[in-house]
Parts: sequence; structure tokens; C-alpha cells
Amino acid sequence: MSSSIEFWQYLTGHFNYIVVITLMMTGLYIVISTGNLVKKLVGLGVFQTAVFQLYITMGKVSGGQPPILEGVHESASGEAVATTIAEHGEAAVVAATEHGEQAVLATVSMAKTMDEVLVGGVLYSNPLPHVLILTAIVVGVATLSVGLALVVRIREAYGTIEEDELQEANYQHAKGALS
Amino acid sequence: MNGEFLTPIDAFTVIDLIFMSMLVVVGIAIVRLKDLFAVVMLSGVYSLVSAAWFVSLDAVDVAFTEAAVGAGISTVLMLGAMLLTARQVAPTKPARHWVALIVVCATGAALLYATVDMPSFGDPLSAPNAYVGLEYLKRTGPETGVPNVVSAVLASYRGYDTFGETTVILTAGLGVILILGLGGPAIKRKKTASARTKAAKANESKILGAHHVVLRVVSKMMIPVIIVYGAYVQFHGDFGPGGGFQAGLIIASAIILYALIFGIDAAKEAVPPSLVRLGAALGVLIYGGVGVINLLLGGNFLEYNILNPAHPSHGQELGIMFVEIGVLVTVASVMLIIFYGFTSRQPDIKDKDW
Repeated sequence: MSSSIEFWQYLTGHFNYIVVITLMMTGLYIVISTGNLVKKLVGLGVFQTAVFQLYITMGKVSGGQPPILEGVHESASGEAVATTIAEHGEAAVVAATEHGEQAVLATVSMAKTMDEVLVGGVLYSNPLPHVLILTAIVVGVATLSVGLALVVRIREAYGTIEEDELQEANYQHAKGALS
Repeated sequence: MNGEFLTPIDAFTVIDLIFMSMLVVVGIAIVRLKDLFAVVMLSGVYSLVSAAWFVSLDAVDVAFTEAAVGAGISTVLMLGAMLLTARQVAPTKPARHWVALIVVCATGAALLYATVDMPSFGDPLSAPNAYVGLEYLKRTGPETGVPNVVSAVLASYRGYDTFGETTVILTAGLGVILILGLGGPAIKRKKTASARTKAAKANESKILGAHHVVLRVVSKMMIPVIIVYGAYVQFHGDFGPGGGFQAGLIIASAIILYALIFGIDAAKEAVPPSLVRLGAALGVLIYGGVGVINLLLGGNFLEYNILNPAHPSHGQELGIMFVEIGVLVTVASVMLIIFYGFTSRQPDIKDKDW
């Protein structure tokens, strides 16, 4: 009975990962199974998006809200508060550097209780995966277009974008060069 | 009796499940289809659905980018490439599908085994959520005064990273120029005889005018609004979702829309390729220039505090703004370089085959 409870807990806690891995494998399947270069790139895109989903899933906090801070920049008094915290924070960092690396590690410690993960009394989702993935998406479309450009040139040189026909053409060319 | 272990099914879980099942269905449809046009359109649908899912996972900035890229620019580029290559996918040998299936099952099983060690979904105290990410959340408000933590981390805390990524985007643009050529036929035609361009335009308006009146009128009203919205996304990126990457994509897609409706020659007259090439390099120069100015003022590379020593957080805001402008210019220009590169090639598929 306890093992079935454990399995249920695993399933509810990790269901998103399972679906993301399914999607990732769908992309991989397209890449391997098709010989068409454009469809291969579509498959690569599906795989890539699944990787993005994996990161974003990890950064989600139940009951959290998007990482856009409340109460910053709202009023002049708010700004004054922010500045005092800034001075305070800077002092802490300076003190930490004087005590060497260990002290720095101590200031960035892992939160252990629910109170520690609240920022200004509000629960936010993790912004770090968002930053990593946001830039990765744009880099992804840039590299995808380099791939598509190569496919276009291959089509112009060989007259086909099917892998089997390309290999056959290469083989015939090599045979012609040898004989 | 097991009630306490059962996660209650709330609205969030239901939305989560709907999006995930839609993604799986679209993924399987992409696997099975042989028509490249349908494959490309479905990949756009896949991106749009995952963008919607990102919103429900609180990743608003990511969703923004994914929607602009996946459903917008990459679909247009794929269609462009398809126009230059083929419409149908040739069938492959059945053996290949079995090999693919075995590889996928083995890899998938290994990855599933790895998920046992992963933190539970939504756990606020898990290692990724309770450590560095939380530290950024706590520091961003006091240190930079920028409410959108994603913008602050992107442009300030991880500014080196973003500088590298902007350079990667520039490099990809250069790669497309090297592969597809700088002066394709379309550019040459425009340079040698502008009269021919005019004739082509008149001809085109004759053809298009008859069929696409609604499209032309609506897009003429929409394009300025899209560009203004891009500017809003750029300059409001510190306070809400948005920033240079998203704004660059939106502005580029406005110009691509113009090219799709009014013809590529009209677009090249409005935004010349030479200007676009200049912009791609200029954006990286602005980004790096901000860093060098910080160096000259006595700070570290990309240390924006030095821009306003009396109010370090104001310096941060200023630095973030300029860096995001650099990102905007590079991203928009490179997307247009790529688009112009593809459209400068002569399509192989005739109109009647569509």
C-alpha cells in the first residue's frame, strides 16, 4: 500500500516531466525517422521547445506569481525604502568580501522554510530559468535559419532535400571521380 | 484514507493538463504528416500552444518570445525555405522507423529514470527555486529598482551572457549572408533598374489589388500599430513583460508582414538591406559600447552602477535601457537579414502547384 502511495506521489509531482520527455522524444523520433531535411529541422524545433519546457517547469512555484516585483517604483517613499535597502545590501556584500569567500557563500544560502522564499511577503516563480530560456529561444531561431539556409543551398546544388537521394548522388559522384 | 497524499485537482492542474495533451497531439500529428506545408503550420501551432502553457507556468517573458518567434518568424522562415525546396516528404523505409523507435524508447527510458531525482513540480523549497533564483528576486528590487526581475537578470546580473548571445545572433545573420549571399537577384534587380521595380510594383498591385484588398487595407492600418507596440514592449520591459529580444522580433515581424503583403521590393525600398546589415553590427556595438563606457568611467565591464555614482540603482536602470536598445537593434536587423536572404532566391515551385 505504501509503495502505491509513493508511486502516486511520484506521478503527481513529476507528471510534467514525463510529458515533457514524451515531447522531447517525439522531436527526436522526427529527426531520426524522416529523410526530409526541412522536416528534420521541424523535429529539432520540437525537441528544442521541449527542452525549454523542461526548464520552465522546474522554475514554476505552486501558488507563485510571475517574477515581476510588486511595490518597486510605485511611489517616492517606496524608492527611499529601496535605496536604504540598497545601502544595507551593499554593506553586507562589502563585509562578506572582507571575510573571504566563505562569508560570501554564507550570504547566498539555500532557503529552508516557506517564510524564507517569500520576497516582500509575496511568492514568485523562479526568474532564472526564464532568463536562460528567453535568450535561448532567440538564439534558437537564428541557428534554425542558418540550418534552413544550408538546406536551400543543398537543394540548389543537388536538386533534392531527401537524405537518401543526397547520399546516392554523392556516391555516384565519387564513383565517377574514381573511374 | 489516502486523502492527504492526493493532490487536489484545481483549475491550474486542469489547464496544465489541457495544454500538455494539446502539445502531445500536435507532436504526434507532425510525426505522421507527409505534407510539408501542414508540418510547418503545425510547428507554428505547437509553438503557440507552448507559449500559452508558459503563461500558465508564470514565464510571461518566455511566452512572449516564444509566441513572437515560433508562431511568427520561424514559421515564415520555414515557409520561405519550403517554397525554395519541396512540398512533400518522400516516404522512408520501414526499417528506419523501427530503428528510430528503438533509439527513442531507450533514450526516453533513461530520461524517465532520471526524473526520479528531480524536484517535485511546483516545490518552492527545491534546489533550483530556493537558491540562486531566489537571491536574484531578493536583490533586484533594492539594487536595480527594476520591477521585472527577468529584465534585470538578463541585462545586468547576467549581462555578459546576454552580450554573448547577442553576438551569437549577429554571427547567425553573418552565416546566412555567407550561405545565401549578400546581393541575391532581388537586390541586384533593384540596383540596376529602379524603373523595373516600379513596373513590377504596378504589375503586382494590379494582381494583388484585385484579390487582397481587405488584406492590404487592414495590414496598412495594423503595421504602424505593431511597430508602436514593439516600442512599448521595448521601453516598458523594465516594468512588465518585455524587453529588447521581444521588441526586436515584433518590429521585424511588422516589416516582414509588409513584405508579404506589398511585395519584397517595396519592403526593401522602405528598409534597405544595407541599413539592416549596418543595424546588426550597430546593436552589438551599442551593447559593447555601454560596457566600455563603464570601463572608462572606472568601473568593471557592464557594471552600470558607475553610470550614476550617487544613485547606483538609477545607473543600473540607465545601463539596462541602453543594453536593451542594443539587443533590439541587433535582433530586428538579423531577423530581416535572414528574411531578405531567403527571399532573394528564386522559388522553384510554380504558383499553380500551390
